[in-house]
Amino acid sequence: MAYSDKYWQKEEVLPKKELESLQLKRLKWVVKHAYDNVPYFRRKFKEKGIHPDDIRKREDITKLPFTTKEAFKENYPFGLFAVPKDRIIRIHTSSGTSGKPKVVGYTSNDLENWINMVARCMYMVGVRSRDVFQNMVSYTFFTGGLGFHYAAEKIGAMVVPAGTGNTERQIRYMIDFGTTVIHATPSYAMHIKEVAESLNIKPDEIGLKIGCFGAEPWSNNTRKRLEDAFNIKAFDSYGLSEMNGPGVAFECEEQNGLHIWADHYFVEIVDKNGDPVGEGERGELVLTPLTKEALPLIRYKTGDVTFIMDDECSCGRTHPKIHRILGRADDMIVVRGINVFPSQIEHVLMQIPEVGDHFQVVITRNGSLDEITVKVEMRDEVFTGELSDFKRIQSKVQRELYKELGLRTNVELVEKGTIERFVLKAKRVVDLRDEI
Amino acid sequence: MKEEKIIKQVSVFVENKPGRLAAVTEKLYEKGINIRAFTIAEAGDFGIIRMVVDKTDEAYKVLKDAGFTVSLTNVLGVEVKDEPGGLYSIAKTLADANINIEYVYAFTFGRDKALIILRVDDISKAIEVLEKENVLFKGKVE
Repeated sequence: MAYSDKYWQKEEVLPKKELESLQLKRLKWVVKHAYDNVPYFRRKFKEKGIHPDDIRKREDITKLPFTTKEAFKENYPFGLFAVPKDRIIRIHTSSGTSGKPKVVGYTSNDLENWINMVARCMYMVGVRSRDVFQNMVSYTFFTGGLGFHYAAEKIGAMVVPAGTGNTERQIRYMIDFGTTVIHATPSYAMHIKEVAESLNIKPDEIGLKIGCFGAEPWSNNTRKRLEDAFNIKAFDSYGLSEMNGPGVAFECEEQNGLHIWADHYFVEIVDKNGDPVGEGERGELVLTPLTKEALPLIRYKTGDVTFIMDDECSCGRTHPKIHRILGRADDMIVVRGINVFPSQIEHVLMQIPEVGDHFQVVITRNGSLDEITVKVEMRDEVFTGELSDFKRIQSKVQRELYKELGLRTNVELVEKGTIERFVLKAKRVVDLRDEI
Repeated sequence: MKEEKIIKQVSVFVENKPGRLAAVTEKLYEKGINIRAFTIAEAGDFGIIRMVVDKTDEAYKVLKDAGFTVSLTNVLGVEVKDEPGGLYSIAKTLADANINIEYVYAFTFGRDKALIILRVDDISKAIEVLEKENVLFKGKVE
């Protein structure tokens, strides 16, 4: 049952002071829990000369060691679990380094907490029991499918467990079942739009109201395109399986930053050296789950780059907001010594009306010089049959990219539909450079 | 009645790689569409196939439906004798009227005639001066 007609749980509006003291209490618990029950963490703590009793105030968290995704590889499959296997009631996996998947586990309490957090998010963007929710992400191993599925059921919405693929059927069901809410990757949603149009179905007449999009970086311009295409409000969803899955942070009706549930996650932003960044500065997001029984990761480096936004949100929630993810700390490509995030390129392209929704970046090395080639699809409407069309678009894209990246790029126009569409996560960067 | 004198050229955007021309012409062949005049403008990695066909609207639709980026372009057809000086007289007429030719391609037909397809910067003025010379193509492209 919802706490009110606006909030799913009362913790969403917990006064800041209470939220902070709750965090400290839970931080102490999780640190001790990890130390007592996971040999890996006990060893790491000892190497740093730190004991759970040393955590007396919130700031003391910086004394603790970081955890990286390497820990999953080292402890595959269940070495990081802090409870006996018979208390684990579900696992999920996600792709990890060197072919070893990351295995995450949940106790019954963990699932309860997780599903309530996803329900908070969905309730926050307006999902109610009268809605029909079509969940168009993978259900196999991936946390996104079941995470949203159970949360929508908990709210009481009618759930269509559609999964991915078979786009024509997805569209038919949307119409037949009266779907009002969808969950998908932004690139799959753009694909749905294209397929609908090819079937002479106007995407904005399907009847959708709300779209939850995540699992890959997307820009505000893509948001606008999705909203215009389907006549919906589109919300950014953030999560990672190491922190349960989706529902870690989510946009509210303001669509300006994602509330991160601070009663369950301790948030830090750190620089390359692992030191805290200044207020409002961008850096890597580091999370410590405060209530996880099965998998109490301490100071987990997410690899996602963001920053903490200004306090106080008109929606009334007291939980801090992070900016939508700016890129992956490890996705960052260095071209001729300049740091480039694919999201920057997307941002530029989406502001150029002449190019389509899809792009690919190819990086090659010519002698000792890195070359960056951006492949874009030209929109039909701007083609007049003249070669000058191409020159104009190419130099416009080149100029705009230069302004954003400070880099010369080659811009290649390709035929519509030739850039591969990805259902799960778009592979937008192909790096063909040899190792130096 | 200038409209009637304008020929609609089909322009198709294609990448410059093997099989693309075949892909376009296959679609036309399947619909029994005949190409009367044809040229390719290329610019490195991509190009534009330009053609005048007998069933223009049908060609446009079949290519569009097949997913090609295609547009119709206004061009003029000029009929001249297939003999020395044929193109010169046309070019001079347009030059005297200060009209720029953006591109041109031609094919011969019958025993002694050539049809020149012209893309100019000022099509209505071009129709005016070429009318006077009585060289505008009057037939239908069939």
